[in-house]
Amino acid sequence: MIRTEEMLLNVGPQHPSTHGVFRLVVKVEGEIIREATPVIGYLHRGTEKLAEDLQYTQIIPYTDRMDYLSAMTNNYVICHAVETIVGLEVPERAEYLRVIAMELGRIASHLVWYGTYLLDLGATSPFLYAFREREAIINLLNELCGARLTFNYMRIGGVKWDAPEGWIDKVREFIPYMREQLDGYHGFISGNEIFLNRVKGIGQYTQEEAIQYSLSGANLRCTGVDYDIRKVEPYSIYDRFDFDVPVGETGDAWARYKCRMGEIEESLKILEQAVEQIPEEGKVLGKVPRIIKAPKGEVYVRIESPRGEIGCYIASDNKKSPYRLKFRRPSFYNLQILPKLLEGENMANLVTILGGVDIVLGEVDG
Amino acid sequence: MEWMMELLKSPPGLSNLSTFLILTLPVLSIVLGFVTYAILAERKVLGYMQLRYGPNRTGGRFGLLQTVADVLKLLIKEDTRPKEADRPLFILAPVIAFVPSFMVLAVIPYTESVMFANIGVGLLYFIAISGLTTVGMLTAGWASNNKYALMGGMRSAAQMISYEIPLLMALVGVVLFAGSLNLVEIVEQQQYIPYILLQPIGFIIFFIAATAELNRTPFDLPEAESELIAGYHVEYSGFRFAFFMLAEYVYLFAMSALITVLYLGGWNPIIGLGFIPDLVWFGIKFSILVFVFMWVRATLPRIRPDQLMEFGWKVLLPVAMLNIFLSAILKEIFF
Repeated sequence: MIRTEEMLLNVGPQHPSTHGVFRLVVKVEGEIIREATPVIGYLHRGTEKLAEDLQYTQIIPYTDRMDYLSAMTNNYVICHAVETIVGLEVPERAEYLRVIAMELGRIASHLVWYGTYLLDLGATSPFLYAFREREAIINLLNELCGARLTFNYMRIGGVKWDAPEGWIDKVREFIPYMREQLDGYHGFISGNEIFLNRVKGIGQYTQEEAIQYSLSGANLRCTGVDYDIRKVEPYSIYDRFDFDVPVGETGDAWARYKCRMGEIEESLKILEQAVEQIPEEGKVLGKVPRIIKAPKGEVYVRIESPRGEIGCYIASDNKKSPYRLKFRRPSFYNLQILPKLLEGENMANLVTILGGVDIVLGEVDG
Repeated sequence: MEWMMELLKSPPGLSNLSTFLILTLPVLSIVLGFVTYAILAERKVLGYMQLRYGPNRTGGRFGLLQTVADVLKLLIKEDTRPKEADRPLFILAPVIAFVPSFMVLAVIPYTESVMFANIGVGLLYFIAISGLTTVGMLTAGWASNNKYALMGGMRSAAQMISYEIPLLMALVGVVLFAGSLNLVEIVEQQQYIPYILLQPIGFIIFFIAATAELNRTPFDLPEAESELIAGYHVEYSGFRFAFFMLAEYVYLFAMSALITVLYLGGWNPIIGLGFIPDLVWFGIKFSILVFVFMWVRATLPRIRPDQLMEFGWKVLLPVAMLNIFLSAILKEIFF
């Protein structure tokens, strides 16, 4: 007599492919997943609650630790929200420095994704190549603000430090270098038969589903929705740059890969224009009151982080700290589609799909 | 060879037992030496391919003693065993996986004179014995009482079934040409033309199947790190783990040696370069193969289990059959 039985398998919280402390309880039949339940919260630090007791400037370092792979965009979203509600002007040079820093961060974030994704698929080398280029970016950002991961660079009304001498030129030199390496990546992986077999048609969903699940970023664009907040609602100075939004068609892991790799190229385009346009001199911190008090009211701003739409909602009652602060953390929303995608897939596809969503657990758990 | 036959026919006793033990020592030390430095070489090659240095502290700047230190560490580690594990099988599994890897070494001819057993069906013996290792992996996966290990064990069984057959089918071409299953004769047949030139398709199939047999990237599914963590040996530590590791690298040695013998002409020199000793020729060809295995590991992502089986049954097997057909025609017309 042959009897089969469903097996309950705990994937995580300590598992090499969950990209952090993420737990997935899956019911498997052989290698086929019948049901998957994500369990999150292992990294929950209560950023939003903590923020209620902090002055606005003090909140900034907390945002570094949410999406720790692209801390610059998180810095920006809180500063942008406060600037919007208070109505502050940001000097021109500061805006350019912010954009350069954010786009560098976006490239670094996508590089980490590329490396770890290929590592999930069993290729070990791309990881190290991607980290070489990321190291170059990290070094640039380190020169800018003295930190490698949690930058704490932006301030309400501008940025903390002006770029050191020659820094802009270094960024300028970095652009062709990165383009060259990107070609190398495509030559190495993008045409690889095994890789294509592993990602094509895997984790597919339609436009409607993506919108229903409130996905954003590359997870949304891979289905063909042309939605990038930098284009749709240009914030900062993004309306001054000429760049495209890579859009996929098929909505599978392969389309997401192409979207993200395309985004690196577009970020390089933005960088190229930004380093040309940046004013030679100028203040980097605008006129900001010593103690920032947001007027009574509420504000919601959103920007495009490497993972999708990151939003910041502030409800203020005219005090030094917010009455309520809420971050819309894209990884958290993007993760919601996971149980649906995993149903009926096998164990090997689990890592392909989970990796393809591109989550950062610091952001999922807040 | 005659004294060997006499020895085999002699009644069992202490003297011939000790002779057997002493005779095995050189091969053991050669193989263990190879394993030690193959692991180091693999780490070095991967390191340089991945912008790293590899081991460079223990034993001088080339890390010559790194593996020795690693093995020592494994030996003195606590021998842990899961509480609910099937104890006898758990202990037995590494042995089942490891013993055949050494048994196959007996038939490999390094040169005309350096070999340990020249048996008529050497090739068959090699393939038959090497299949046993999978049993060890399956046992390990089952006995660990770990779900990941079980999946790894199951994968290794599925993989073995899908790959052993194309592997054997690819060999039929060689056997057709050589007219023998004896490895020495197969090498002697390749005095002028190595079989890689006569059997290019067979060589490719055999190489792919051998990679799968060795559980190396892109076919390292039983121990797929990213989904199954370490697969069948996830619960093993210390010297039991070392046994699995050892078996893996001894197989790398054996498989590379077998491919050298079957397709690259064994110890036969390239024509005109006969002044270089046979053993060196064997070593060169063998090292190139080992390097290619390492190179492949640095380059390719891992294939999915269902794709692997599909590839094995739907691509490799028919192509291997075609290869037999072509070989037969070639043989009939030209030889």
